[in-house]
Amino acid sequence: MGVVDRYRLRLERKRWLIRAFRKRRQLTCIADRTDLIKDGDILLFSTLRNEKIRLPYFFDYYRRMGVNHFLMVDNASDDETDEWLIDQPDVSLWQTGSSYRRSRFGVDWLNWLQRIYGDGHWTLVADVDEFLVYPFCDTRPLQALTDWMDASSIRSFPAMLLDMYPKGPIDAQTYVEGQNPMEIASWFDSGNYQYSKNGKYGNLWIQGGPRARAFFQDQPHSAPALNKTPLVKWKSSYAYVDSTHMALPRGLNQVYDEYGGERMSGCLLHAKFLNTFVEKSEEEKSRQQHYGKSREYKAYAKHLGTTQPDLWHEHSERYINWRQLEILGLMSKGNWA
Amino acid sequence: MSLGFVMLVHADLDRASQVARYWVENGCPVVIHIDRKVSDAAAKAFAKTLSDLDTVRFAPRFNCGWGTWSLVKATQVASEMMLKEFPHLNHIALASGSCLPLRPVVEMIEYLSEHPRVDFIESVTVEDVPWTIGGLHQERFTLRFPFSWKTHRKAFDAYVRLQRRFGVQRRIPKGIEPHLGSQWWCLTRETLSGILEHPRRRQLDRYFRRVWIPDESYFQSIARIVSRQVESRTLTLSKFDLQGKPYVFYDDHLQHLRKSDCFMARKIWPRADRLYDAFLAPAERAPRKTEPNPQKIDRVFSLAAERQAFGRPGLYMQSRFPKDDWKIAKTAAPYSVFQGFTELFEDFEQWLAQRTGARVHGNLFDWTKVSFEGGARVVEGGLPASVNLRDSNPRAFLTNLIWNSRGQRQCFQYGPYDRQDINPLIFWDDNAHLSVISGAWAIKLFRSKDLDFNAKRREAAWMQSVEDDFLSNLRKAGLPARVRIWTLADFIADPMEYLQEILNEIEPNTPRRLAEAPRMVDLTGFGLFLQQLKNAGMKPYLTGDFPIDGESTEVKAALSKPYLVKADR
Repeated sequence: MGVVDRYRLRLERKRWLIRAFRKRRQLTCIADRTDLIKDGDILLFSTLRNEKIRLPYFFDYYRRMGVNHFLMVDNASDDETDEWLIDQPDVSLWQTGSSYRRSRFGVDWLNWLQRIYGDGHWTLVADVDEFLVYPFCDTRPLQALTDWMDASSIRSFPAMLLDMYPKGPIDAQTYVEGQNPMEIASWFDSGNYQYSKNGKYGNLWIQGGPRARAFFQDQPHSAPALNKTPLVKWKSSYAYVDSTHMALPRGLNQVYDEYGGERMSGCLLHAKFLNTFVEKSEEEKSRQQHYGKSREYKAYAKHLGTTQPDLWHEHSERYINWRQLEILGLMSKGNWA
Repeated sequence: MSLGFVMLVHADLDRASQVARYWVENGCPVVIHIDRKVSDAAAKAFAKTLSDLDTVRFAPRFNCGWGTWSLVKATQVASEMMLKEFPHLNHIALASGSCLPLRPVVEMIEYLSEHPRVDFIESVTVEDVPWTIGGLHQERFTLRFPFSWKTHRKAFDAYVRLQRRFGVQRRIPKGIEPHLGSQWWCLTRETLSGILEHPRRRQLDRYFRRVWIPDESYFQSIARIVSRQVESRTLTLSKFDLQGKPYVFYDDHLQHLRKSDCFMARKIWPRADRLYDAFLAPAERAPRKTEPNPQKIDRVFSLAAERQAFGRPGLYMQSRFPKDDWKIAKTAAPYSVFQGFTELFEDFEQWLAQRTGARVHGNLFDWTKVSFEGGARVVEGGLPASVNLRDSNPRAFLTNLIWNSRGQRQCFQYGPYDRQDINPLIFWDDNAHLSVISGAWAIKLFRSKDLDFNAKRREAAWMQSVEDDFLSNLRKAGLPARVRIWTLADFIADPMEYLQEILNEIEPNTPRRLAEAPRMVDLTGFGLFLQQLKNAGMKPYLTGDFPIDGESTEVKAALSKPYLVKADR
């Protein structure tokens, strides 16, 4: 990559940061506990809307993992999401009624918050339906991982989205608040993912899984991206470009080995396909606030409209633990033991 | 009092304090060096936690940097203090703040008293050392390193190159043969004082001050000239990765560490509560005399290093995406590609599946459909029979298929009427076994009822050009793929022989005689069809020579003995 291209990416990164700066006024802080953040704390950033039902398990999961503080942006929820969040002792909450789409699906807001509060911390960006799984996560807290990465001079950790789905129609089982969503959406596709390299940002582009299989067979190139780099030792000069699919500077995206070896990686279990998904996709289709004018949600709605699809097939894998994902080749311990 | 610990501490002081207390309370004096970088307040607080103990001393503090002389200096000063303050010791061990005793100190003392004159220090000549940080062996001792490798890597490398260029070398002091080894030793009093009171110490110090990573070579080299008996191993279990970084032990290593029977381990994750609780608890068992046996836990870490360096062959994933390089395996397991067999035999797929236990797919790369075995809509891993998804990345489709079904041999049919996108992949893949009957596509046309002759002629010309291209690439020298090519005429001459060859290749360990051939299609009139093509100006040269009457004597012979019994090969 030549000097000119590098400079162009630098300008682009600055542009995203300026954009984040401009969007900062859209955020109103309604619970500021950021003074509780200590050096070395692991921070979680998330944008959400009407997800009250998912919150108790989400917080339980990440607190047990060792996340120290949660910085949340509530995009005009009208259920009790913000009441619930305000009461949490480790949450700082911002509110906004502005357009999710025009903040590039929350990236601008979170870039701003990460710039202010994330500098020098390991920051994790995850939606409330995404659950991080990393090597040894059943026996070692997240800080063991970040300490190891610090010692190895690694500054970003990849975790691809692994779409989980239930057996049977999506709305056949009802999710109850506080329940582990993987009790219902416990299945996944183990080996239909396609990888290709993005020359500009240096990241791998991953597509496939049940969404490509069931909803995007006619337009495979529009299938959602599954590559993510959600855990980064943040510096205020960093910026996410497109969700957490890629970041700048591009070194953050170079999380894979190109000479045959394996680096460390994890998975984000994506518990999107619960019964709540059906009404959500109707709503999101009309709000048009999601990526590509909610192209994804339109595709779902088209399929969901007639009969509830069953994403399950006889070769679906039932989720057990991280070791299973490691053996299947979806994630890797790399050099960690 | 027979064993003392010199402890170098720079972080996680609470853990260091815990371990120091453990040693002292079990009768071993401890001299602690606290890195100058630790604030005075923190150092003072740390000292206070140990203030009730008589046999703890604090050495003068130096600023220590990775791989620098300062670490040796700190060790020297602390060791001198140890020898002076505790004159009755037999052995002195060097430990760090992240060391943890794995066995009761009594056992270590017992072990050392059985080896009273032995110095346990890993000490290996430079040539025999497998670890080569920065690619430096002997040069660690002959070049100068004024720039930090950790913080000024470019300057470091440039200065090394410069010295190599001009052949500048330092002279190694007389009598010293450079040795390397783990920093964590356990020396006898005689050897340690022999090193510290060496008559040439000033000269040696001056030399080692400029050696790269002297903390791994100073004591290791000088011990060789001072010691009466060097046992070149360390009593402290510690493993290093390919970058020279120590592996860390966590709670889940507890059982491995217990079984290792090593006396100490480094380094322990400071928050590994279970490890600290378990190993610092008062011993519940009677002292044991067992030799350290770290092989098992060594293996855990060497596997990790291997995984990082080589990965799993044929796996493409988010953190392993090898470049297209012939040295790196492209697929996970051997597979077979058959071209022309389903044209020649009515029931080739079933026949092959029955005889080999392999998974025999149809044409996976047909333009209009993906024919998995048995017409499955989805196979292992959730790979769907979708033309679009396959075509959006045909390479990934094939590598996924092979990866997902590791353990079962995959076979599929291929032909000039299929998409040819994967050719570069299979040509350059040594897992690919290609068996090609050239010209067999002509049978497909010959038997086709949908096409008129003109269309058949056009198709024939097109297929022949595709297959010709395919074969000419396949015949290139040096391709890693294993290739067998027959012309149609040749194959028909002795099908049993060739089929046997193919079966043997798929299942080399179970040589079975081939009793039953697959059913060959009726070729009556095929020679005439080829002649018609020729008459129409299209020469089907890939089929080999067929007589006009359709069935040569050889073909007849072959067809008349389908139950040929062959001897084992």
